[in-house]
Amino acid sequence: MSIVGGPRLASSLARTEQRTRISRAWRAWRTWRGWVFVLPLLLVNVIIIVVPAALSVYYSFTDWRGFGQAHLVGLDNYLRLASDPDFISAFVHNIVWMVYFLAIPIPIGLAGAFLLLRIRRWRTLFQLIFFAPYVIASVITSQIWKNLIDPNYGLGSFFGFNLLGDYNLALPTIATINMWAWWGFLVVVFFGAMQAINPELYEAAQIDGAGVFAMFWSIMLPGIRPTLMFLGLMTIIWSFLAFDYVYILTRGGPAGASDVLATLLYRDAFSAAEVGYASAVGVVLGAISAVIVGLWLVLRRLRKWDI
Amino acid sequence: MGHLVPSGATPSRIDRSEAARLETGIPAGGIGSYLALTLLVLFAMGPIILFVFNSLKTNSELAINPLGPPLQPRWSNFIDAWVGANLAAGFLNSALIVSGTILGTCFVAIGAAYAMARLRVPGSAALLIYLIIGSALPTQLFITPIFYLWVKVNLYNTQIGLIIIYIGLFSPFATLLLRSFLMGIPVEYEEAARVDGAGDWQVLWHIVLPQAWPGIVSIALVSGLAAYDEFLYAVTFLQDTDKLPVSIALYSFQTSTYMRNQVLVNAAGVLMMVPVLVFFLLVQRRLVAGLTAGGLVA
Repeated sequence: MSIVGGPRLASSLARTEQRTRISRAWRAWRTWRGWVFVLPLLLVNVIIIVVPAALSVYYSFTDWRGFGQAHLVGLDNYLRLASDPDFISAFVHNIVWMVYFLAIPIPIGLAGAFLLLRIRRWRTLFQLIFFAPYVIASVITSQIWKNLIDPNYGLGSFFGFNLLGDYNLALPTIATINMWAWWGFLVVVFFGAMQAINPELYEAAQIDGAGVFAMFWSIMLPGIRPTLMFLGLMTIIWSFLAFDYVYILTRGGPAGASDVLATLLYRDAFSAAEVGYASAVGVVLGAISAVIVGLWLVLRRLRKWDI
Repeated sequence: MGHLVPSGATPSRIDRSEAARLETGIPAGGIGSYLALTLLVLFAMGPIILFVFNSLKTNSELAINPLGPPLQPRWSNFIDAWVGANLAAGFLNSALIVSGTILGTCFVAIGAAYAMARLRVPGSAALLIYLIIGSALPTQLFITPIFYLWVKVNLYNTQIGLIIIYIGLFSPFATLLLRSFLMGIPVEYEEAARVDGAGDWQVLWHIVLPQAWPGIVSIALVSGLAAYDEFLYAVTFLQDTDKLPVSIALYSFQTSTYMRNQVLVNAAGVLMMVPVLVFFLLVQRRLVAGLTAGGLVA
């Protein structure tokens, strides 16, 4: 090479090489520079979500008590969960909670939205009123209802019941109080989804002689299926995370009658100093959520729900 | 790859002006529908109205007249509750925590949403899946590790510590919401600006931000309300009474005073509830649009 071209060619080759190196770096920068804008999100998510989630998984395999040395204990915490009557009863309560929230607020939400669709005036006003309880803090909602059903002052004194102190009624009562704050949200979301359905479908059905309820079953429900499905799955996830109302109203009592996984976790972590065991409960909760979200993502892709 | 929230501008679900949307093709229901809806109104509003009534009584009146309007409204309950529950400090602390959360969440979400919607960064599909899963993971999963971490780095029992947690917890949802909003904004202005030599930052600052304003307001309202109402982390991470936000001030007032003086707890609750309801009426369109965005997948 040096014989034919001499030093001039060599230096020009070097320059080209340098230029391609620069342009490669430049191209990499052009491709990746967007991550600069993502960095703050990454940073705060790593600190608050990713690392704590990973630590929780790690703690769940240890006997850590929040202080001192942590020892790896393998699957001990999980084996203990499987035979812990408190865990099993809390888990059952979460299932009851889930069934309640699938069976009661969703039909109320659908009915409310359908009724709104059939009126022509004051739709905005009705939606505002229904939605209002949703923006009220759980601490206040609890106080509102504690008053209303108080065994000494409220409805309880007339009917002689103590709903929150009753072993069988405490859990459904708490669920009902939470439901009061929730159903109006569903009305507004379902109403929004129903409005997006093409009106011509109903007109065609009407020409075919379909009644209002036939329209509801055969046009409305299929029309809002993605929304319904999504909120159904979210209801299942949230049912396993229920915490605020139980903690504020009964702390899981009386005698564990309203204990759910989240209050159990909280007690184990902060009162009983059983961090390892509490973490195992947390990992179970996380796994339930992750599986359901994963299911939703797969369904969405398989069924081509373009959203 | 689809996205969790609808593409396009966050739809306004409550919109008076869209006369066209009134015609939905369903036959009108007549008086029966109004009656049924009125029952639902009673269910939603009855407990709230009764709560206000019960904040204006004396404890002895509450015992004999729990379900009616107060015979003699006792407005002084509000003053006693304000002092007793330490609400002045509570509101100040809440204002601090809420505004810190809003600023931080918006800062984090704007950058990330802009990159995901516009800059075609490699790996953004994975980031999207992370955000969807991250916004659905139980916050209880993180609470113990964060607690011990925060104790170690002296962020436990500080408001800034709580604000950082809120930013972390709310940012996935806020980013998803803003990203889908940005995807609904036409790119022509940005392309024109780039032809004129504007860089990423200039495009973001001068072109995208002014157009994305409604979306940013939505995520600000949603994260602000969430911070105002949040319970689990606030009750766990703040200890000193002079640092408590109004929700936890109310909670400790509840647990310490409920048995003895129920009307005062009610009055404190009304004082915390009224600003939120007024605020809700003022900004309802944006707030409802933001809050319901996660559920609107149709």
